[in-house]
Amino acid sequence: MTILVTGATLADGSSTDILVRDGVIAELGRITQRADRVIDASGLIALPGLVDLHTHLREPGSEQSETVLSGSRAAAIGGFTAVFAMANTSPVADTAGVVEQVMSLGDAAGYVTVRPIGAVTVGLEGKQLSEIGAMAHSRAKVRVFSDDGQCVSDALLMRRALEYVSTFGGVIAQHAQEPRLTEGAQMNEGTLSGELGLAGWPAVAEEAIIARDVLLAQHVGARLHICHLSTAGAVDVVRWAKARGIDVTAEVTPHHLLLTEQLVSGYDSRFKVNPPLRRDEDVQAVRAGLADGTIDIVATDHAPHPVEAKEGEWEAAANGMVGLESALSVVHAAVVDSGQLDWNDVARVFSRTPAAIGRLAGYEHGIAVGSPASFTLYDPAASRVFDTTMLRGKGINSPYLSTTLPGRVIATVHRGVATVLDGELIAAETVAAETVAAAAAGAHRG
Amino acid sequence: MPARTVLQQADITRALTRISHEILESNRGPDDLVILGIPTRGVLLATRIGAMLADISGTPVPTGSLDVTMYRDDLGRNPTRVPSPTQVPGGGIDGKTVVLVDDVLYSGRTIRAALDALGDIGRPGIVRLATLIDRGHRELPIRPDFVGKNLPSAQHERINVHLNEIDGDEFVTIEEAVA
Amino acid sequence: MRHLLSTRDLTRDEAVAIMDVAEDMADVADREVRKLPALRNKTVVNLFFEDSTRTRISFEAAAKRLSADVINFSAKGSSVSKGESLKDTAQTLAAIGADAVVIRHGSSGAPRVLAGSGWIDAAVINAGDGTHEHPTQALLDAFTIRRRLHGSAARGRDLDGVRVVIVGDILHSRVARSNVWLLTTLGATVELVAPATLLPIGIENWPVTVSYDLDTTLAGGPDVVMMLRIQSERMHAAFFPTAREYSREWGLTDERFSGLRADSMVMHPGPMNRGLEISARAADSAQSTVLDQVANGVSIRMAVLYLALSGEQDNTATGTAPAHAHAESARTAAAQSEPSAHTEGR
Repeated sequence: MTILVTGATLADGSSTDILVRDGVIAELGRITQRADRVIDASGLIALPGLVDLHTHLREPGSEQSETVLSGSRAAAIGGFTAVFAMANTSPVADTAGVVEQVMSLGDAAGYVTVRPIGAVTVGLEGKQLSEIGAMAHSRAKVRVFSDDGQCVSDALLMRRALEYVSTFGGVIAQHAQEPRLTEGAQMNEGTLSGELGLAGWPAVAEEAIIARDVLLAQHVGARLHICHLSTAGAVDVVRWAKARGIDVTAEVTPHHLLLTEQLVSGYDSRFKVNPPLRRDEDVQAVRAGLADGTIDIVATDHAPHPVEAKEGEWEAAANGMVGLESALSVVHAAVVDSGQLDWNDVARVFSRTPAAIGRLAGYEHGIAVGSPASFTLYDPAASRVFDTTMLRGKGINSPYLSTTLPGRVIATVHRGVATVLDGELIAAETVAAETVAAAAAGAHRG
Repeated sequence: MPARTVLQQADITRALTRISHEILESNRGPDDLVILGIPTRGVLLATRIGAMLADISGTPVPTGSLDVTMYRDDLGRNPTRVPSPTQVPGGGIDGKTVVLVDDVLYSGRTIRAALDALGDIGRPGIVRLATLIDRGHRELPIRPDFVGKNLPSAQHERINVHLNEIDGDEFVTIEEAVA
Repeated sequence: MRHLLSTRDLTRDEAVAIMDVAEDMADVADREVRKLPALRNKTVVNLFFEDSTRTRISFEAAAKRLSADVINFSAKGSSVSKGESLKDTAQTLAAIGADAVVIRHGSSGAPRVLAGSGWIDAAVINAGDGTHEHPTQALLDAFTIRRRLHGSAARGRDLDGVRVVIVGDILHSRVARSNVWLLTTLGATVELVAPATLLPIGIENWPVTVSYDLDTTLAGGPDVVMMLRIQSERMHAAFFPTAREYSREWGLTDERFSGLRADSMVMHPGPMNRGLEISARAADSAQSTVLDQVANGVSIRMAVLYLALSGEQDNTATGTAPAHAHAESARTAAAQSEPSAHTEGR
């Protein structure tokens, strides 16, 4: 199976054809060779396949919200070729069995590489370390551990987790939320929360944990990753930590790059998310942090919920937004259009660096001869009013419905298998079959 | 079609004077009379009639206002109406001869509402109706006792009553309603 | 007025108009027949997700005096923990044919969600939502102040220059929020007095002044001192150490009450903790408006129900301006729509 992409623009602005053979990029430059499938990419930007370090696929346990398959499809239409699946499933991904199951489901679906994240503590309860070694040594080769949804708030347990995970070359991805400061919290604490009568979620609850954890990471010499950083103060803390040489990385979500707490005014629970939408000053600070490298990556925190979990009064609604399908467009709107990031930066923060943090091979060189053929073709000139017909996961809890977003993913290729063509998903059976065939060919070749 | 003036200020005063005389005549004097105007312009007319009655008879005649907003049968069909105060004179209305005063009598529905409102604040002995203009087109079996001017009109025509106290000028005109 | 969700959305003129209608409603209470037929054939549902007998019976009395049919729906204790239940309840009420839903809910914003949901096409009246707003309470408070200050000449007036002090748990108080927006819209100046733990973050952006010292504030001679109910459970969450200390620092004690001007009003939304935030002497004094507030509550709620339920159903989300503020436009509208309304330019 060969795919020839013609006339694509690379992130650095140069133009090239791309020849894909046996799942790898075989040739770049001006290519005259025939191929099984030809994709005209004139006017499109070719980006290395996007890697999401923070996705909730919900399976096992909450298949009404999302499955590995449906979440993989949402990822592919968003230009992703790899996602890291968060551990807060039911049962929790705190054993080798669960993480291997999730990875197998991902492999079978074939749309993206699914890398499970292991829980730091048993049942996300923050009491006892889960079998981190078993997950690391399992077929899933787990390297990222997180209790996301819950903060590892016990300082001693966090210290031990940082140390223990480093034994296996892993990283703790901390959900920074001091639990006592956020009991019953509903939205960012500030003037607006006071007016709306919603219990406040102070920035300090995030910043205090980050400050503590960077110091712990420094003390024990471990790697630390900060999930969904959302406040200006948190950017300052991470900037300070990096200046001291602490081995910390940080992510920001697309929605924290674009949306502010003002959206909460109408009590529309689509805007209810953890961490909460913050002030405009915070949005400006996380954009600047992403631009200057303080924040290393963008990750979606894609969090699908069934309709009933988002209907009704604000306090009863679940936290979370779906984000895979809209992520690239939102980053485009938030930081590319503003000139803070160019497409090379996008490739870095949305592909190469998240893969490196998650120890996912194949994304080191981007679109380069010999690298796995995982890339996406993006039309930066497109503009569309985002609506539910553009969603491919099970959740419709997108904060962008009825808003105009720039750009559109036209095609996605995952390890040589086309998952999206002409802006639409390839059928699940086709992707699954081609994935099996490609794996067989790869094994034969190897 | 421009508005046509049907009553000048002097005509209005003359009509009210005549009504006042007729009220005294039919009531055989000023005793037990209570004059209640229906807001907005009916209240002004009631006040003027009350003053004329006092002038003519030499006896003060209690006057007040009767708001009918809450008793209307068309509350859901029009923009929200804010009620006006109802002010019943100190002596009340029980057993009295109440003369209701309105500016224009048309379908009769306002007067129907006024009769209901009146029933909720007391039990008059007799209720009479005075109106400056009777333009016809009654939808209920209601008939005025004292009329300033009968003004045959078409339903598509408008009648505008201006009184000095709130309009700054005084006349009655008739015109084609704006379609 | 389509809905009444918050006082924040009310303009001065709208608020004055509501209070003026309430004056007319108050007059009805003095008559032999204390009922008006205005809302005949309308159904008002009191949908209470939280217990509040006082507020419920006030709305119930108001609706009944306007001849509406009243259904009391207590949703507390049923499985109302998920949002779907609000939806199910709303759809049930829609099927029953509710014209207005008076909603009390523990979650801030629930009335707004209901009003915007499309589940039910009824007027939504906020009877207290979480720690957000309690607009009819603020309206009745403003109405009470206006009546005490201006008596029978109150109609048409606002509260320009009136100095109001609100003391207590501002952080958790929907009454305080609604009063801050409404009283300042009406021209009053508002000073909030509380320990810092009971003041919301960002209070410096509210149109008020803030004080931690009740004695200094009272020495300034306010026209109105409004005491808020203090919940004893706040003690256990470290908002203040003990009831005794709270009372000493922020309670309207006999001593502080004695220092007030003789014509200063003492208000409390009820129910009162006598001896905690307010002394019995202050609560039962002639300066106390507590019982006036209860009586005025019925008048205000009559006005709100009348304004929400009479008139054509327009789609103005929160506007309350009576559509006939200008006699001319109303007369024209009436002339075009219905002959019988012809000259009633009101």
